[in-house]
Amino acid sequence: MLHTVNKSPFQTTTLQSCLRHTRKGDAVLLIEDGVLGALKGTDASGDIWGRRVEVAFYVLGPDADARGITKERMIDGINVIDYEGFVDLVAQHKTSQAWL
Amino acid sequence: MSEAAKGTGKKVPKKFLYVNRKAPYGTIYALEALEVVLIGAAFDQDVSLAFLDDGVFQLANGQDTKGIGMKKFANTYRALGDYGVTKFYVEKESLQSRGLTLGDLQEITYEDENDDFKEKPSIILVSRAELSEVMAQQDVVLSF
Amino acid sequence: MGYMFNGNEIDHDEEGYLTDLSDWNPELALMIAQSEELEMNDERWEVVNFLRDYYEEYQVAPAVRVLTKALAKTMGPEKGNNDYLYELFPYGPAKQACKIAGLPKPTGCV
Repeated sequence: MLHTVNKSPFQTTTLQSCLRHTRKGDAVLLIEDGVLGALKGTDASGDIWGRRVEVAFYVLGPDADARGITKERMIDGINVIDYEGFVDLVAQHKTSQAWL
Repeated sequence: MSEAAKGTGKKVPKKFLYVNRKAPYGTIYALEALEVVLIGAAFDQDVSLAFLDDGVFQLANGQDTKGIGMKKFANTYRALGDYGVTKFYVEKESLQSRGLTLGDLQEITYEDENDDFKEKPSIILVSRAELSEVMAQQDVVLSF
Repeated sequence: MGYMFNGNEIDHDEEGYLTDLSDWNPELALMIAQSEELEMNDERWEVVNFLRDYYEEYQVAPAVRVLTKALAKTMGPEKGNNDYLYELFPYGPAKQACKIAGLPKPTGCV
């Protein structure tokens, strides 16, 4: 299953809740304000770090760029993708779930 | 569609899950979800609802909206059995973190057409892991 | 847009459904029925009252199939069926009976 998260982890518990419902082999894509969750060294980054073995993490590049979240500022191992990559991810998974 | 169903041309109902994560009234999400469920019920799919995080407050008993001048749409959940929507998955951990138990939720039942119209509870209490499993089994997940 | 009633204009939407449910009263129902070219009789009142009770309880105007099922349960199959309801409300129980009952158009009914 592909999960998308579009809220900042500093504003809502959406990312936290999403991560707690992920299963092995799932993918999580951070979009819109959700990309703030990709930052390393924050109060929230431990949650993603803790799931990195079972779950694949992606960030939508244009949303990250817009907010100055450069690759160097991101948690190691997060994949940056473009809109085409977003479409590919959706196509690769049987279902998608939007965490709002 | 399963291989068996392809040959007969018979449509297999898809599994639809409506995910409710927001408290009622403060935002439009809860009411919108309910309206979509009511509309979607006409399409004879296999529909279930999930209530987690603040979404569990949608089912809380004792709601009184007179003072805020809004429709108390919590009553409508009790009508969903008539629409063939009979599975309300409620997450145990979400109740616990909010100091709630099953007894704080309104009673929701449906009549089981396959069992002499016996009245049965619609609410199914599940753990976080069980709910994740339910989510993974769906064809379509709609979040509100 | 509105119904002229006792010298007051009661608002309705473009299809004739009351804007404010609390504006409803039985005399107004008679007037709405008239604009639908229906004469209210005991049978029609029975359905209209049933709808109002249903709305009071569930805060939703039932879809036609839900209404038929519910009517069949409380009043028997001779009343809880499509033929009977469409005979009473030729343009559909949801469209006409809900309008007369002062309820919104059933969700999902286009």
